[in-house]
Amino acid sequence: MLTPLKRAQGLGSAKQGADHFLRQRITAVANLILIPFAVGLIAALAGADLDTVKATLSHPLVAAALIVLVLSSAIHMRIGMQIIIEDYVHSEGAKLFLLLANTLIAYGVAAVAIFAVLKLSFGA
Amino acid sequence: MTEVSSEQPARVERPLSPHLQVYHLQINMVMSIVHRLTGAALYVGSLLVAWWLFAAATGPDYFAFVNGVFESWPGMVVLVGYSWALIHHMLGGIRHFIWDTASGLDIESIDFLSWGTIALSVLLTVCLWVYIAFERGWFGA
Repeated sequence: MLTPLKRAQGLGSAKQGADHFLRQRITAVANLILIPFAVGLIAALAGADLDTVKATLSHPLVAAALIVLVLSSAIHMRIGMQIIIEDYVHSEGAKLFLLLANTLIAYGVAAVAIFAVLKLSFGA
Repeated sequence: MTEVSSEQPARVERPLSPHLQVYHLQINMVMSIVHRLTGAALYVGSLLVAWWLFAAATGPDYFAFVNGVFESWPGMVVLVGYSWALIHHMLGGIRHFIWDTASGLDIESIDFLSWGTIALSVLLTVCLWVYIAFERGWFGA
């Protein structure tokens, strides 16, 4: 007999259950806290010289907050773009390619941004 | 009872489901589309933030070059649009959090939250750029 419980145990057709739904909201909460901070920070640093930017971004709490924001944003935007791709791209091959590119771009951008923050903090 | 005939299939006038081209535009559907569009725009915008951090980590010359690009007129237009998209998407996210609690789902609340999101996103974007303009001394001495 197929009960609702049995269906939930199979985690639906994608076998991922509510995983994306929850991750999208958890990262949204993190972004909601960190984005106003980051916007204020970048607005305050607009046009500042490199020494000022370095001194500001190398503060441990500032650097940590930015790194968490980059990670949270990367997860959030990867899931969001995946939904857009799955909604509009119906050819299997193109969809597979775009989903792969989406993952690589999202985490690639995050890697560059995190490395840059670390280098500004620790580098000469 | 309706007669079923296989000889005149095109005669029955069924109601058609609403199509985008004839569907009366409503604020909640506009907000849904804008939320998705701003989300996609922010995907590209994150490249700009990464580029700025990358430039700062690369060296003074490259950092000055990238700052120059952002401070050019096309760069400023993109940054103003990016900041509005970010604020609008963030406020839209708050709206979705309210809906996640199964409240604010009646028509009046949806209309109020939608127009409120638009108004507040424009207001906050203006505040942000007035702050930047004062900080940068664009209003003169």
